[in-house]
Amino acid sequence: MMFDPGILFSSVLNGLTTGAVYALIALGLTLIYGVLHIINFAHGASLMLALYAVYMLKERFGMDPYLALPLVVPGMFALGYALQRVIINRASHGKDENILLVTLGISIVMENAALLFFKSDTRTIDTAYTLTTIPIGPAMIALPKLVAFAGALVVSGVLLWIVGKTDLGRAIRAVAKEKHGAKLMGIDVDHVYAMSFGIGLACLGAAACFLLPAYYVNPQVGGGFVLVAFTVVVLGGMGSFGGALIGGLLVGVVESLGGLYLGESLGQIGIFVIFIGVLLFRPQGLFGAKV
Amino acid sequence: MNSTLKELGSIVLFVAVVACVPLVTDSGVTLNFVMMALYAALLAQAWNILGGFGGQFSFGHALFFGTGAYIQAIAQLQFGLNPWLALALAVTGSAAIGLGVGGLTFRYGLKGSYFALVTLAFAEVFRILALSVPFTGAGVGLMIPLSESFANMQFASRKGYLYLMLGFVAAALLVTWWLKHSRFGAYLQAVRDNEDAARAIGVNPFNVKLGAIGLSGALMGAGGAFYVQVFQYIDPGIAFGPGTSVEALVAAIVGGIGTLWGPVLGAVVLHVLADITRNMFGQLPGINMVIYGVVLVLIVMFLPRGIGGIAASVKSFFSKRGKP
Amino acid sequence: MSMSQNSRRQFIAQSAATASALAFPLVAGAQPKAIKIGVLHPVTGALAYSGQQCREGALMAIEDINKSGGIKSLGGAKIEALLGDAQSSPQAGAAEIEKMNEAGVSAVIGAFASAICLATTQAAAKYNLPHVVDVGVADQIVERGLKNTFRFGPGYRKCAEVAVANLHVLNTAAGKPAKTVMIIHEESLFGTGTANLLARELPGYGYDVKEVIKHANPTRDFNNIVLRMKAVNPDIVIPANYYNEYALLVRTMQQQKVTPKAIFSVLGGAASSYKFVKEFPDAANGIIDCNHWFNPKDKRSAELKKRVEAKGLFFSYEVFMAYTGMRLLADAINRAKSVDRAAIIDALNTSTFSDHIMPYGPTQFVNGQNMGAQPLMTQVYKNDIKVIIPRDYREVDAVFPLKA
Repeated sequence: MMFDPGILFSSVLNGLTTGAVYALIALGLTLIYGVLHIINFAHGASLMLALYAVYMLKERFGMDPYLALPLVVPGMFALGYALQRVIINRASHGKDENILLVTLGISIVMENAALLFFKSDTRTIDTAYTLTTIPIGPAMIALPKLVAFAGALVVSGVLLWIVGKTDLGRAIRAVAKEKHGAKLMGIDVDHVYAMSFGIGLACLGAAACFLLPAYYVNPQVGGGFVLVAFTVVVLGGMGSFGGALIGGLLVGVVESLGGLYLGESLGQIGIFVIFIGVLLFRPQGLFGAKV
Repeated sequence: MNSTLKELGSIVLFVAVVACVPLVTDSGVTLNFVMMALYAALLAQAWNILGGFGGQFSFGHALFFGTGAYIQAIAQLQFGLNPWLALALAVTGSAAIGLGVGGLTFRYGLKGSYFALVTLAFAEVFRILALSVPFTGAGVGLMIPLSESFANMQFASRKGYLYLMLGFVAAALLVTWWLKHSRFGAYLQAVRDNEDAARAIGVNPFNVKLGAIGLSGALMGAGGAFYVQVFQYIDPGIAFGPGTSVEALVAAIVGGIGTLWGPVLGAVVLHVLADITRNMFGQLPGINMVIYGVVLVLIVMFLPRGIGGIAASVKSFFSKRGKP
Repeated sequence: MSMSQNSRRQFIAQSAATASALAFPLVAGAQPKAIKIGVLHPVTGALAYSGQQCREGALMAIEDINKSGGIKSLGGAKIEALLGDAQSSPQAGAAEIEKMNEAGVSAVIGAFASAICLATTQAAAKYNLPHVVDVGVADQIVERGLKNTFRFGPGYRKCAEVAVANLHVLNTAAGKPAKTVMIIHEESLFGTGTANLLARELPGYGYDVKEVIKHANPTRDFNNIVLRMKAVNPDIVIPANYYNEYALLVRTMQQQKVTPKAIFSVLGGAASSYKFVKEFPDAANGIIDCNHWFNPKDKRSAELKKRVEAKGLFFSYEVFMAYTGMRLLADAINRAKSVDRAAIIDALNTSTFSDHIMPYGPTQFVNGQNMGAQPLMTQVYKNDIKVIIPRDYREVDAVFPLKA
């Protein structure tokens, strides 16, 4: 089926803006994997908690989600740091399978605690700009999505700066590359792990601020993003921020075009075909280090 | 040699004891509980063959479960085959899918997290396909008609299903026992512990891993076929969704991977836990799962080798004590 | 004599009976044993919201029944609810049935979702345990020949038929301005089943089904579907999905300024939802739905709605379907004069229960399906939901097509 160029253009732009949110979610995941080498099963549930935080700030205090960034991001960082330091680290005993179970257990606790406190209703927020669209050529892109796109670029930039130019970043890179050597050099590995996990969750805090105006929150909302986030991480290369950004955008566009041509349901297959293809033929992803 | 026979004996004892349960009670709750605990054990055991003995952690074992389930349903609905014959097909089919996926992924040398994620992706692909083709009923799913008889593998009471599942679990136990004591099993574990070293002494890791995934897939497929017979309904979410994959791996890890009884132990313990918590605070939905999650984390924190690890620790404690 | 007058008379008669019953002192210690009813819903997991709403409805009904004197024919015996959590999975639902059976329940009401109902009704059938299905719209539930299963409300085949017929009525009355249709449905049992039926029936009435779009649960973004909508430009958009996706779809349409001649839902997740109307009044206005609805002319509906809202809940279909399902069950137990399961099943089979707030008339079960069950057509009108068809229940005239 042929679509006219206007529709294709809109679809690609939609894909880019949706993909930006995927990138934001994947950035944290790729950092956690790149440094701690763990697949964080609790990533989706953490996103859900962040979304609730943004929601509560809006409902209780009337705080605009974008203005809530300076609160939500550090808050999620603190949560991440504590989780890694107090629970995950203690529970894993260094075994991969245990870390898996611990993060899974944490995600179950998070999801059901949210169910307990917030009940199961879907919540949305209403802002002045929720319905505003900006015309770009033939396309009409929702303002919150454009802001999310800009946000993804900014957050990626910040992360690249942290990891590339700060002392913490140097320590993170050292631990990621060679844990034992780093320890011998006097780096507090536990602290670095916790910082990385914290930063990973902080990214989710940012993602939540950008996502809620165009979406909604309920206790199960995280689950819908987990697989896509994994795909982006794998496509971009585990541990690469640039890869997560580009990967996110790419996955967004593929999902969009796939949906257009194959129908929304079957179109999802595009994402997983990419996933499998990358894993088989180029497991380091687009920008990751050689496996 | 002695321990080999002892273990075989323990399997026989286990089967005999469980087989007696329907003889001493008629309680639907108990029979259903035992049946579902055995079902959970089968899934965990299937996963354990590839994950525990083979060292390849799969996050998408639902792939084989769903394949077995759909073959079981489609064979009866579209081709009018007898359910027992369908079962044979289901088991073979899921083994074949296992060999296919394994062949592809092992050929490209996928291991560790990469392997885990690719299995997850395959399960999702199948789920989406099942949703889209009318052959599998698409989103509506498939329902097999109610018709209770032995020939039709549908039983009026849970007893029949219990014995059926006990048969599968016994088969899985025997396969696991064989893996522990056979040459093939030794090769498999060697590959798990150090693939390069194993290759160096002449083991073919590819073939060995392929064998493991085939066996694992076959048993998982039996679980899927069983589900269809008991609940008479299957849809893409139930068949290929992450729920079953997670159930299998959690039980195996909690119980103790790479052991004979670990998966069974883990399945039973988690099943009991889920049951107790489900109705604990009926008025506050969600709190039961919070408790379940907390207990899960605690188990991992304090029992790093799984519950089966307790037995091993106790044994070594006492054997150390024995020495002067 | 109109419907509501009849029910009011019955209501008064019942209250008088209650008053006279209370006038007779109970013999000391002759408190009749409580009647145990299983209330089984997915109150955790993906379906938690709907499950909890259903549970509320059932519990409110039990509360009302007990307050007005319990089951009269059993000496005023009170109903005791045994709560069960189906955890949004058929296996858990079936396991709960086993528990409830052993706890000695006389009947079960549940389990909202069709897939879960398939498992629970079948598990209950083993023990000849009467099972009232509160929502569960899949027609297979009542087509398997199970003697214990009773569904008070309509299935999706009935809903699809009514919807198509009424669409034609509306369209014809307006001079046939609408011809092309686009169906958007969620990918699982209810959405696919409904969409299949619609796609089959509509052409027979002369409509051109330009596209049928299936989407996942959850769908994160509807921009592409709305883009296709722009390309296809259908006169009528027919969504059949759950609340979250429905709301997101309609909001996206509003954002992208896509305004078809009508948004005509069949079992639309948010189409006749007070929650949606309250949160997105602009997007909601004018939406037509063919869905479970109460009898708006029965004063008790408004009273019930007020009570539910006073609890901080929305008066959603889950609440009143479970409420009335429970009342049906209580009526059957009363007529059976017994807590014996077979007697209750017989009573349900011969039920002519009409003292309810649903637009079904007197109950009549054939093979477990209430023949009088029907959905109503509603439209969101001035930030409220009003019935437009059929005439017996009409509150306002339909606005069709929507202002161009």
